[in-house]
Amino acid sequence: MTALEFTLVVWALSALAGFLGALTGLGGGVVVVPALTLALGVDMKYAIGASLVSVIATSSGAAAAYVREGFSNIRIGMFLEIATTLGAIAGAFLAGRVSTHALAIVFGLMLLQAAYQSFKGMADRGVSHVSDALATRLRLGGSYPVEGKPESYGVRNVPGGFAMMFGAGALSGLLGIGSGAVKVIAMDRIMRIPFKVSTTTSNFMIGVTAAASAGLYLSRGYIDPRVAMPVMLGVLIGALLGAKVLVHARVKTLRIVFGVVILALAIEMMVNGIAGRI
Amino acid sequence: MNDRRLEIIIGQLLRAGVLLAAATVFAGGVLYLVRHHGDEANYHTFVAGGPSTRSVSGIVESAARGQSEAIIQVGLLLLILTPVARVGIAIVGFLLERDRMYAAVSLIVLVILLFSLMHAT
Repeated sequence: MTALEFTLVVWALSALAGFLGALTGLGGGVVVVPALTLALGVDMKYAIGASLVSVIATSSGAAAAYVREGFSNIRIGMFLEIATTLGAIAGAFLAGRVSTHALAIVFGLMLLQAAYQSFKGMADRGVSHVSDALATRLRLGGSYPVEGKPESYGVRNVPGGFAMMFGAGALSGLLGIGSGAVKVIAMDRIMRIPFKVSTTTSNFMIGVTAAASAGLYLSRGYIDPRVAMPVMLGVLIGALLGAKVLVHARVKTLRIVFGVVILALAIEMMVNGIAGRI
Repeated sequence: MNDRRLEIIIGQLLRAGVLLAAATVFAGGVLYLVRHHGDEANYHTFVAGGPSTRSVSGIVESAARGQSEAIIQVGLLLLILTPVARVGIAIVGFLLERDRMYAAVSLIVLVILLFSLMHAT
């Protein structure tokens, strides 16, 4: 394949990944990495480097739109970023120590979880209106618009959420993904933060988390300009289009289709990892 | 200054940063394809590139000489810096709100980010 063909194919695949990632809320990295490694035989290290960069682009690019809606909570985000950035550095260190076979298997397991979440759907857990003692001291509670009127919410179990966020950061640094799904679990399930606030705050946090491992990725050469260029431009355009279409899309059908695709990719990644082909 | 205004300023800054980064990457990419479109693209086995793509000083030096891959890396560096700038602005914003606790929280995040980026210099 020539450089021109490679660039165009990768750009098109990345645009599709970014589009689907935005529609389903799972992010582009989840599809970009398997697409590059399985379809084009690109080494995992180039793939996760390019994916990490595209994750920063979509998170920062979408931030302005999310903020306008008034759902994200900058205090919750900033406080939990202490955990995700530390986790991301740990994960990025680990990515340099383990073999690509092991990375592929871990990636497959992560995809299985994403597929499960895709089939099941994520839903509001019922909002708690009072914060517990620690969350009150940290002033993490806030309010968000419900049918146009602001409704206040409380935050609970900060240590549990903080620990889960460290794990989300580690996964992000290890696999070059945003790991938004795990961040949402930490906020929505563990800390009982409203779903809408959790997803938008998570999107805000993803870029900062990814930036923490980017330095290590860059110095190791994982971020190769020839691979990262079409991936970043493709995912960014796909994600922007996806966010525009989102309002009219039939999310439920889409989730099931996406779940099937991810499930297939998960199996393929793990099989190839175990067989030592990746 | 309140949280909401702070977030709106940060959001707009991030978007401007991403657009600038994407434009730089695109420009470098076009230049790269003009010069190297016929090169064999083989990424089956990982080989770390030279300093012109891996260290900040190497990237800036090579980009100044017009090397296309390094120009792409400059764009990607700008992109990596957008979330870092976001945290920096949050520190200032929280200080203007006289919220010392969250200014300190943001400062901790900034220190962690800078620690990681030091590896690339």
